[in-house]
Amino acid sequence: MADDALLLGHRNSEWTGHGPNLEQDIAISNIALDQIGQARNFYQYAALQFNENRNAYAPLLQSPAFRQVSGSIDEDNLAYLRNANEFKNHLLVELNRGDWAFTIVRQFFISAYQQLLYTDLQKGTNKQLAAIAEKSLKELSYHVRWSGEWVIRLGDGTEESNRRIINAVDQLWPYTGELFLPADFQQMAAEQGILTDPASYRQNWLEKIQEAFAQAGLPIPSNNWWQKGGKQGIHTEHLGYLLAEMQYLQRSYPGSVW
Amino acid sequence: MEKNGTIQLETIFQDRIDQEIRIEPKDWMPDKYRQTLIRQISQHAHSEIVGMLPEGNWITRAPSLKRKATLIAKVQDEAGHGLYLYSAAETLGISRAEMINQLHSGKAKYSSIFNYPTLTWADIGAIGWLVDGAAIMNQVPLCRTSYGPYARAMVRICKEESFHQRQGFEILLTLSRGTDAQKAMCQDAINRWWWPSVMMFGPSDEASPHTAQSMRWKIKRFTNDELRQKFVDICAEQVKILEMHLPDPDLKWNEKRGHYDFGPINWDEFWQVIGGNGPCNKERLAARIKAHEDGAWVREAASAFAAKQQQKQKAAVA
Amino acid sequence: MKTYLTKQFYGDYGDRESVKESSGIAADSARDWPLWEVFVRSKMGLDHKHVGSLHAADARMAIENARDVYTRRQEGISIWVVESRHIHASNPDDAASFYDPADDKVYRHPTFYELPDELKAM
Repeated sequence: MADDALLLGHRNSEWTGHGPNLEQDIAISNIALDQIGQARNFYQYAALQFNENRNAYAPLLQSPAFRQVSGSIDEDNLAYLRNANEFKNHLLVELNRGDWAFTIVRQFFISAYQQLLYTDLQKGTNKQLAAIAEKSLKELSYHVRWSGEWVIRLGDGTEESNRRIINAVDQLWPYTGELFLPADFQQMAAEQGILTDPASYRQNWLEKIQEAFAQAGLPIPSNNWWQKGGKQGIHTEHLGYLLAEMQYLQRSYPGSVW
Repeated sequence: MEKNGTIQLETIFQDRIDQEIRIEPKDWMPDKYRQTLIRQISQHAHSEIVGMLPEGNWITRAPSLKRKATLIAKVQDEAGHGLYLYSAAETLGISRAEMINQLHSGKAKYSSIFNYPTLTWADIGAIGWLVDGAAIMNQVPLCRTSYGPYARAMVRICKEESFHQRQGFEILLTLSRGTDAQKAMCQDAINRWWWPSVMMFGPSDEASPHTAQSMRWKIKRFTNDELRQKFVDICAEQVKILEMHLPDPDLKWNEKRGHYDFGPINWDEFWQVIGGNGPCNKERLAARIKAHEDGAWVREAASAFAAKQQQKQKAAVA
Repeated sequence: MKTYLTKQFYGDYGDRESVKESSGIAADSARDWPLWEVFVRSKMGLDHKHVGSLHAADARMAIENARDVYTRRQEGISIWVVESRHIHASNPDDAASFYDPADDKVYRHPTFYELPDELKAM
C-alpha cells in the first residue's frame, strides 16, 4: 500500500510545474502530496514493526538494502534503499507519467480501488492501519471525484480528448486486473482479519468505473488478459528508472543525513 | 477629455497616494501607472511560474520523503503565487492568456535568477535561503504598495514565503553539519547562487530610470540599492551559522556606515542573462511553452464539455 | 490621445471587450477558461468573504480548484464561486467620488480583507 502511494505520488509530482494550466498544476500536485503523505504513514508503521520484531523479520533485514543501516529502520530506508524486486506495488502505478488523459485514467482506476481498500482496512482488526485508512479516506473521496469528473470531461469533450482517453484506457486496462488478484501478503492479512480478499472489491470497482464511463461515453474494454507480477516483485521496465532517479542521492552518499 | 481635466485628475490621484489611500481597479489612474503595474505584476507572476522549473528539477530526486513532500508543497505554492499575481494584473484590464503570450513570445521578462541551473541538491537549499530571502526583502514592502489588488496578493504571498526561506536554510544547515562531501556541496551552491541573488534587486539606483516615478506612486517603497544592502547585511551574518562563507573577498563590516561593504557586481553578466544569454534561458522558456502547448487540448476539452453542459441545461429549461 | 478611463464591469476585473481592443490579440476563448471569483466562509466565520479569483471551465471545477488554491482543502468550509462577468459593481464615475466614503463599494475597504496576524507584526 505504501509502495503504491509513493510511486503514484512520484509520478504525479512529475506534473508539478508542467500542468496544463496553473489551476490544474496545483490540483495534481495536491494529490501527489496526499499520496506521499499516505505512503509516509504506512512506511512509518512498517518501520516500527520491523524495529520491534527484528527476529520475525530477520531474513528481510538481512537484505543488502538494510544491512547498511545501523540502528533502527526508518521510512526513508524503506523508500530509498530497496531494490526494484523488493517493491510490492501494483504495476499500474509505476508506468510512466504519460499525457493528461493517461494520468487521469490511472488516477481514477487507482483511487476507486484505494477507496474500497481503505474502507475495508478501516473496518479491519489492525487499529493503526484503520486509523491511517480513515485519515486517507477523506483525501480519497476527493481524488475519486476529481479524477472521475475529468474522465467525463475528456470523454465528452473534444474529438481529440476522446481519442486520447480511449487510448489511455486501452493502455491501462490490462493493468487493472492485478488490483483484484490477492498476493500472499494480502492473503495473510485476510487471515488476520486486517483486510478482506481484494477480489471482493472488483464488482464495486467495476460499477464505479462503468458509471463514469457511461457518462463519458466510453466503452469498457473487453480485454481480460491481465498484466501482473508487481506484488511478487516482478516489475515493468519503468520502475528501474524511477528508482534510479528517486534513490540517487541516498545511494550515492550512503549513510548521510539529509 | 480635455487636457485640463486630466491634469486635475492626476493631482487628485497623487493626493490619494500621498494620503496612503489604496488605488482600486475602478478608480481613475494615469495610463502610465497602469502600464507600470501591468509590467511589474506580470513580470513578478512570470518569475513565480518560471521559478517552479529549477526547483521542480529536484522533486523526483529529493533525498528523503519529508524533503520530497516539502519541495512539492513549495513549488506548488509558487504556482499559487503566480495565480494570485496574474489575478491582480487581470484587474488592470489584461487577460492571463495575453500575459502568457507575452512571456512565451519573449516580450515579457521574468527574474533572471531562474536562468541559472540547479546542479546539486544543495542548490535547493541555496535557492530557499538566498533567492527566496532576496525575494522576501523585495516583497514585504510590496504588501503596502499603492495598488490594492497587488498589495492584497502580496500579503498572501509573504505569508507563505517565510516557510520557503526557512526550509531552504534548514537544508543547508543539515548539509553543513553532514559529511565532508555534503559540506563541499553546500559551499559550492552558495558560491554559485550568491552573486545572482545579489543581482536580483535589479540595477543600481543610478542605472534604474523608473525608480523615482515608482517611488512617487508608492508602487516601490525602497530603492534597489537600499534593499540590496539590507540583504547583504543579513546574509553576511546568517552565513556564519552555516560555518560557510560568501564568495566575496571584499565583504567587510564597515563600522562607520553601519553596513557591510561588498565587492563590485558583474553588471555585464546581469545584462547578458536578461538579454537571453543565461545558461538556461532557452530551456526554461521552452519548458513553459511545451507545458502550455501540451495542455492546449486539455483546456479545449474542458471548455467544450462545459459548453455542452450549458446547452443541455438550457434545453432542459426550455 | 488614449482614453484614460477603461470601463469595467466589476471593481476588480477589466472589461473583456476593451482588453481585446487595446491589445489587438483576440482572446482564444476555446482554450481560455473564464475567470471566477471565490468567496469562502470558514468554519467559524459568519459570512462568505472574497478571497481571490481563478480560471476554470465550469462551476464544479471552480469550486474544487478554489478548495485546492485558497483553502488548502480544509474541512468544514463553505465556498461560493461566481463567474466574474456576472458581478456588477458601482462605478466611481466622477472626481468627487475620490473623497466619498463610498459605502456601497465593499471591496474598496482594506478592512474587508482579513489580514493574517503575522503581517500586523511586520
